[in-house]
Amino acid sequence: MWVYEKKLQYPVKVSKCDVRMAKYLAEQYGGADGELAAALRYLNQRYTIPDKVIGLLTDIGTEEFAHLEMIATMIYKLTKDASPQELEAAGLGPHYVSHDSALFYNNAAGVPWTAAYIQAKGDPLADLYEDIAAEEKARATYQWLIDMTDDVDLQDSLKFLREREIVHAMRFKEAVEIIKADREQQKIY
Amino acid sequence: MNNQIRSWQPFRSPLDPCPPILVKTYVVPPNQYMVFQPMNLPQFPLAEALRAGTLWPALYSPYEPRSRKGEPQ
Repeated sequence: MWVYEKKLQYPVKVSKCDVRMAKYLAEQYGGADGELAAALRYLNQRYTIPDKVIGLLTDIGTEEFAHLEMIATMIYKLTKDASPQELEAAGLGPHYVSHDSALFYNNAAGVPWTAAYIQAKGDPLADLYEDIAAEEKARATYQWLIDMTDDVDLQDSLKFLREREIVHAMRFKEAVEIIKADREQQKIY
Repeated sequence: MNNQIRSWQPFRSPLDPCPPILVKTYVVPPNQYMVFQPMNLPQFPLAEALRAGTLWPALYSPYEPRSRKGEPQ
């Protein structure tokens, strides 16, 4: 079970009325390497991974939901006061037709999220290497998102999220070392 | 004024980046209040029924384009 704290992991402040950014931020909301994909990937893989790294997947998967909530806040703040015409001007006309200004799990190009984005192979190394790759791809996505805005407050939140991807990748790499560890151990009988 | 329109006021933060939409609206069409359609309801004249999309004024739900920002709802 989870315990919910009704606050964001890190503050989200959006200072520039730039509806266009909402469309791009969707990549981290419902994209292949977005926060939803990350959370569901880790929280599902953890059942069939060796005991020593289950807790890591639980913790990181949970944090990804906290990140998802931050991304949702950014998108909501940027779209909630936009008219249909303003949404259309920002490239969100097709989104408006399908969802009004509701959030939806699709990527920046409007492609809906699919479970085909994630994998659970049951092999601890295959799963952990996928997780590392996902973190690095998410880090890159955050970099390109930071490049697309000049709102320093939005950049600040995005920089926090980018840094967390780096830390997560490090933790997953350590988990790989834990999985490999037996090879180095001298067995004395 | 269309009495099928409901309105509510979403939370407004002083830090919101865009000029606010203070009131949001949605439509509750008359079928929501009709469990089984009663017999012998009054009917539109045929030409008007064709234009309205229904024979019965009791089921008619008009919809006007959402006003642009700044204009009255």
